[in-house]
Amino acid sequence: MINSNENNKDEKKIVLKIFRENTAQKTDSHYDTFNVPYKKWTTVLDALLYVKSYMDPSVAIRYSCRMASCGSCGMKINGIPRLACYTKISELETSTIECEPLPNLPVIRDLVTDFSRFFNHHKNIQPYIQSKDGVDDPDTEKKTFSFYQSPDDVDKYLQFSYCIKCGLCYSACPTVGTDLKFPGPQALAQLYRYYADTRDEAKNRLDIVDDRHGIWRCHFAGSCSKVCPKGVDPALGIQLLRSYMLGISKNDKKLAEKIEIQTDEESI
Amino acid sequence: MERHRMLKESQIMKIHYITGIAAIFVVAVHILMRLIVPFGSSLEYDYIISNYKNIFYVFILESILVLISIHGFNGIRIILLELRQNKAWENMITIMTISATVALIAYGTRTIILANGL
Repeated sequence: MINSNENNKDEKKIVLKIFRENTAQKTDSHYDTFNVPYKKWTTVLDALLYVKSYMDPSVAIRYSCRMASCGSCGMKINGIPRLACYTKISELETSTIECEPLPNLPVIRDLVTDFSRFFNHHKNIQPYIQSKDGVDDPDTEKKTFSFYQSPDDVDKYLQFSYCIKCGLCYSACPTVGTDLKFPGPQALAQLYRYYADTRDEAKNRLDIVDDRHGIWRCHFAGSCSKVCPKGVDPALGIQLLRSYMLGISKNDKKLAEKIEIQTDEESI
Repeated sequence: MERHRMLKESQIMKIHYITGIAAIFVVAVHILMRLIVPFGSSLEYDYIISNYKNIFYVFILESILVLISIHGFNGIRIILLELRQNKAWENMITIMTISATVALIAYGTRTIILANGL
């Protein structure tokens, strides 16, 4: 009983303004306001789920892991693209929190946006290791190999492999705001991630983004790196790619040494 | 990916950066040439015509003209490309900026030649 009283004493209230729009029903967009109780550790996602559970079940949000791993709950919180599950209310230090859908992406409903264009750009850069011998494909008759990489080899691309495809960098990018053909920071950083990987043998990776709406349209605003919840620096990846394309940096990548893996059947 | 073009975008951007950096040096020389005489005198008719007779300065002026025209109009092309994303617009902008670059260089070169009295 004493603990319960103490918990109530800690509880404060925040005004949560949620953007509402239903594109299927073509309703006018507006904001709904809710008074939500919160504690020191309450996240914006917790508050939104509280609204959905006890106040208005029609609020549309997308979420999954609740621990900044899946990248589903990206939204604009107080004007900045953030993950709702990774943003504590107490850290925002405001009495009102405004939740809006991610900019630069079409709204489906309320805080849920359509990621089709974002994922298409990601797919276009061929985000997989290309090796003429195959990597690890038991369904084909190709032999499988293990690749040896030094810690230095891994360091060249490691931070870029932490990308969770949450779309925050894409929505913060001013170039994407005006040029929908621009691949965006996520796709370009992933291109660098595979280009720098010593297991990758793709020859024409850079040509994919060397066009009128490609990598050269980046204005280097740096907002992509600022909003990334995983500490990835897409702006750095873009500049590194550019330096390779301009010939300032030489690509002296030595392909990783391959050792054939014996399958269970062969070893028997 | 568009492979039919004469130059890749990375090659165009190389030209863009090189002309930009080179323009800084030639414009610096141009400004320094103005500062070696009192500013008022530097704008007098006879002084300007005498500059055009100086073959070294003519070379600097022509360089400024070519470098700034290429760099500037490519910059305008880049800005305008972002406005709309369709082939017709992109091709129109490219043709217009190349034409404007050629026209400006031609007209400026004509002026330099006439003033020099070649």
